[in-house]
Amino acid sequence: MNHRQLRTITPELERVGAEPHYQPVGDEVALFEAAAQKRLPVLLKGPTGCGKTRFVEYMAWKLGRPLVTVACHDDLTTADLVGRYLIVGDETVWLDGPLTAAVRAGAICYLDEIVEARKDTTVVIHPLADSRRALAVDKRGELIPAPPEFMLVISYNPGYQSVLKEIKPSTRQRFVALEFDYPAAELEARIVAVEGGVDEETAKKLVKLGQLTRNLKGAGLDEGASTRLLVHAAQLIDAGMAAAVAARAAVARALTDDPDMTQTLDDLVRAVF
Amino acid sequence: MSARKLFTHELEELLDAFLFASPSHRSIERLAAMLEALPRRQQEFVLRVARGAAKTNTELAYLIATLAPGMLERFSEKDFEAWVIQGLDVFDKQGLRPAIETLRDVDAFLAAREGRLPAKFAEVEPRLSRFVLGLSGRPLALKAGSHPWTDTETIYLPERISRFANAEDNRRAYQGLAVQLWAQTRYGTFDVDLEAALSRWPEREQALTWLEHLEAVRLEACVARDLPGLGALLAELREPWPQMLHPALAELQAQGADVRVSLDWLARLMAAGAVPPAPTFIARLEPGIAWRVRNERIARDTETLRKALGALKGAAGKREAGGHEFTAAMNTATGELEVHIDGQAVQLPEAARAAAASLLQDLGQVPPEALAPAGDAPWTPDDRPKEGAPEMVNSREPDHRYDEWDFHRNAYRRGWCHVYVTDVKPGDGAFVRATRQRYAHFIAQLKRRFEALRGEDRMLGRQSEGEEIDLDALIEAVNDRKSGAEPSPRLFCRRVRNERSLAALFMIDMSGSTKGWVNDAEREALVMLCEALEKLGDAYAIYGFSGWTRTRCDIYCIKNFADPYDDTVRARIDGIEAKDYTRMGVAIRHLTCLLAAQPARHKLLVTLSDGRPDDFGDEYRGTYGIEDTRRALQEAREQGIRSYCITIDRQGADYLKHMMGPAAYTVLDDVKKLPLKIADIYRKLTN
Repeated sequence: MNHRQLRTITPELERVGAEPHYQPVGDEVALFEAAAQKRLPVLLKGPTGCGKTRFVEYMAWKLGRPLVTVACHDDLTTADLVGRYLIVGDETVWLDGPLTAAVRAGAICYLDEIVEARKDTTVVIHPLADSRRALAVDKRGELIPAPPEFMLVISYNPGYQSVLKEIKPSTRQRFVALEFDYPAAELEARIVAVEGGVDEETAKKLVKLGQLTRNLKGAGLDEGASTRLLVHAAQLIDAGMAAAVAARAAVARALTDDPDMTQTLDDLVRAVF
Repeated sequence: MSARKLFTHELEELLDAFLFASPSHRSIERLAAMLEALPRRQQEFVLRVARGAAKTNTELAYLIATLAPGMLERFSEKDFEAWVIQGLDVFDKQGLRPAIETLRDVDAFLAAREGRLPAKFAEVEPRLSRFVLGLSGRPLALKAGSHPWTDTETIYLPERISRFANAEDNRRAYQGLAVQLWAQTRYGTFDVDLEAALSRWPEREQALTWLEHLEAVRLEACVARDLPGLGALLAELREPWPQMLHPALAELQAQGADVRVSLDWLARLMAAGAVPPAPTFIARLEPGIAWRVRNERIARDTETLRKALGALKGAAGKREAGGHEFTAAMNTATGELEVHIDGQAVQLPEAARAAAASLLQDLGQVPPEALAPAGDAPWTPDDRPKEGAPEMVNSREPDHRYDEWDFHRNAYRRGWCHVYVTDVKPGDGAFVRATRQRYAHFIAQLKRRFEALRGEDRMLGRQSEGEEIDLDALIEAVNDRKSGAEPSPRLFCRRVRNERSLAALFMIDMSGSTKGWVNDAEREALVMLCEALEKLGDAYAIYGFSGWTRTRCDIYCIKNFADPYDDTVRARIDGIEAKDYTRMGVAIRHLTCLLAAQPARHKLLVTLSDGRPDDFGDEYRGTYGIEDTRRALQEAREQGIRSYCITIDRQGADYLKHMMGPAAYTVLDDVKKLPLKIADIYRKLTN
């Protein structure tokens, strides 16, 4: 019996239903579309919470392709990505991993925070990310060519300070890189207002707070407040919390455990509200 | 007693009788003239008290009499006497200088008398510094001064504030003053030459006081618009605006009102001959100094920007011969300078972007001359070495020679730096013992946290033996057998210790500037770090560096990779002391060689420093040192070594990003935090 003749289970992949809310910042939408057209893999760089994941969701919707998202972590094995054998009753079956399922379906496979994955795991994406565009499933002795619709997208936060979490040059150089940053104030306020359900005035104040915390990056804070944190604060406000209380919980306390820095962030919250 | 006032000549005679021995030979005549303005009763009172004080010390008596007219406006006679007695008590116990300081600090006396608790600058400074940094992208230093003012680069605040009953309110008062001064730099108080504007009026001081009031109104409105919480704080702290200002309020508070509106109203108030009230709790203005500092900065920023653009244009020229279309314009939406060469967007160096942002803040735009490229030249501000700087010559042959990067010539100086490697002279171990004792609790905590890091075991699958069966492998083997293939015998999982494979080298600044607190903190930090690292099992080494010119760059071995952390190493940590200068690039090059030879997969070089690269003479100072250090770090990176810098240089933010890279440094605002932070930083770096 050949491995390939075993029953194979491939998860059904769904398309993104409703249009995700995404505010373009620059030419990233056009660049992504061009990369999709030319079948190039894409690397999204940028600080935590600045909208990378949302962007991929939006592009999957816009291109009408299914989206498979894998949050990478240091225990993620090749089998977790590619697939594994299972015993069902007295039968051995093969279950496609998310990457294999995405290749078969011509989906967008998004490996979020790729540096969190083990180095030996990430090597499996190399042949998919160059001109070969194929996935080798060693266990089955199968080489799956990627259809034109398949697209590989990875994300990476260069702000990480860990020496152990760097993206390998051999991986990085296979990708078209789009750089993300926090949106300009006005745009960010619109995002916070829409997603957080608060009025424009409150959203502006939250964005102001975000900007003040970003001034402290490298001077006690590893990162300033992300758009996501600001949206969290807005949601708390929408749920009836006082603005300053919400900002302290969702922004100041979320950013640091250092008591001195917490005081400073509280001062900044008071400055804005 | 007659009600007739004593005249100057009479007072002079009376004062002379007990003050003639005053050692400072101050003018009794001037003092007498001041006292002549007082009513007779007060004149007699001052003479009596001062005469009594003169029996203790004539200098104090003179000071008391000089301060008396002002004090009697604020104090009752009873309080005045209590104030004098307090001063004399301090004289008895501590001597003349502390007594003078006590008498001069009238606010402290009043606060103590009313049971008020002051806030002190030294206590609020770290938190306030962080706060101001948060408010402003451009770094503003904080220093203690006699009154609250700013030169646009440093904010000066009083040593203590005791305006309110409790210390917390007084701390808020510090915050309020800092915000007012930050607002002066942020909302364009110094956009025009105020000194020239004030010179219109002979009563300059009066005009200045009015201007301070007018600007306070305008700036408070600006702050309230952008940061409503701070606007409320400012309004709460100050007295109500003087009646005379009421007609001006609406115009000053309107959106878009700039300093010219204040000057217009100043002209009206001065024309009306209005006398300003004494400023209460509003920031003061020093227009002359601020104008000079601002202009120097604008010139500096303009030059930096022009050179950066020149270098970019030059680089484009080298890539391809021929003319290039060059455009540089401010994007008003983002506030960023956008540079295009032949239609391609080009990224400006960090320092040049900061210069553009700074110009934007000072001038509201980047001036056209700053956008004119300065030709194909190094982009950084020029600080060429002065000729004839003395060179130290060492009789011993150096242990190593290293190249140094000269950014002026855009090339290496070969074998330029002479390195001597020595051991640190061991101390007696008392410091390390004391540190371990003092931080025993914290060290225990650190060890636990580091142990947890190491304890991340990993299951290895497909092993030929192990404590558990690997189901994936087993299923595959069953499947292989069914299909007639040879099944693999590697069917087990084995739990293994997580292999970190990491070597870290700590490079310790032993320059002269670390003497005292910084050196103590460095040594304490190393003790904590060693204790914690012993639990982790990473290979690590510690080296100090200092030196004096390129011909004597000293590297001190404190612990090499092979040394165990034992009494010898502890004695060396104890013996770390401040030496000479900080020639950083060569130290990085030497230590990179040591680190590169380590078999570990990940290599980390951590620099612990109190400031920017620096060496004797002008050559290494400023840009040269920064560029050489940057280059040395790039070389290390090419050899697979990651660098990280922990610094306690508050002003570090302006060059560290350029020198180290954006995510490769931490600025500690307080040296005392170093011992408590270092292990944590290491943990985060390697987790």
